[in-house]
Amino acid sequence: MGSNSIVSNRRMPEKMNCFDLSPNSNSDSEAEEVHVLAVDDSLVDRKVIERLLKISSCKVTAVDSGWRALKLLGLSDDEEEDKSSSSSSDGFEGLKVDLIITDYWMPGMTGYELLKKIKESSSFREIPVVIMSSENVMTRIDRCLEEGAEEFIVKPVKLSDVTRLRDYYMATREIRSAGSGINVNKRKLQESF
Amino acid sequence: MDLLSQLRGQIADFSAFLHREGFVDDQFTQLQKLRDESSPGFVVEVVSLFFEDCEKLVNNMAKALEQQIVDFKQVDSHVHQLKGSSSSIGAARIHNVCIAFKTCCEDQNRNGCVRCLQQVNHECIQLKNNLQTLFNLEQQIIAAGGSIPAKQ
Repeated sequence: MGSNSIVSNRRMPEKMNCFDLSPNSNSDSEAEEVHVLAVDDSLVDRKVIERLLKISSCKVTAVDSGWRALKLLGLSDDEEEDKSSSSSSDGFEGLKVDLIITDYWMPGMTGYELLKKIKESSSFREIPVVIMSSENVMTRIDRCLEEGAEEFIVKPVKLSDVTRLRDYYMATREIRSAGSGINVNKRKLQESF
Repeated sequence: MDLLSQLRGQIADFSAFLHREGFVDDQFTQLQKLRDESSPGFVVEVVSLFFEDCEKLVNNMAKALEQQIVDFKQVDSHVHQLKGSSSSIGAARIHNVCIAFKTCCEDQNRNGCVRCLQQVNHECIQLKNNLQTLFNLEQQIIAAGGSIPAKQ
């Protein structure tokens, strides 16, 4: 058997040539964990969504406002909006997140406004945004989906909602990163019917 | 019957009672399932936060309703917050009162609002006592060598 043969040698090292076959390689395990940015002004709801996400093996960053979310992402460049005492240092890169889940109704900046700001940004528009709301209002749901929200969840959020989101995100992440040109944007899918 | 079985029976009965009387709904059960070894105090923690929040909101609403000219929009926004958090922890009765409370705010009905606030207060106290009883039973189970949640 030639040394390049893949199939025959059972005791081959995990790393061979350019194929990293180890199941727990550094890049893979970090990439596997979905990092979710949760935005909700209610402390109780933040605790709940945080727990739901952690139990679903997601990494979570939870903030209490749209402004803080934008700051964390590195999107906010307006000095006046910075009401917190901690200032961001120069060269602040911004948090890398895979998914944003936000409450709709928040004082200051609503989830809808946050959604718009994210979708208007060239660097962040690809991040899927999910809206949560205690009110099941059709016009509100339509507005959010039109603006590019991935999904609209009616509160209270259950574990099944979160695991479904995570599974959907994991399944579509492959397609997104492959850049196959398949558009998994919900809005576009709806328009095609 | 040994102590543990007795306690488990008690807690099962009490939980059934809480659900039957509408003190808590399925969302509360959902939260209980989110406990594990890494976060055994999760429910107690969230419930505590809820009652702290509740107390603050009730105080704010009371102040707002005492004003000469009531700012119903403000009261409504407090009710909205309470409605949201009560729904998130499965505090069904409180949630239901909030629905009626919202209507009173929309109708700018001060007396109706005051009545609803009194009801909210009453329900909060009742729920707090009931959940304390539940948590005490759970502590007793743990002290008797059992685990929460019970192995099904």
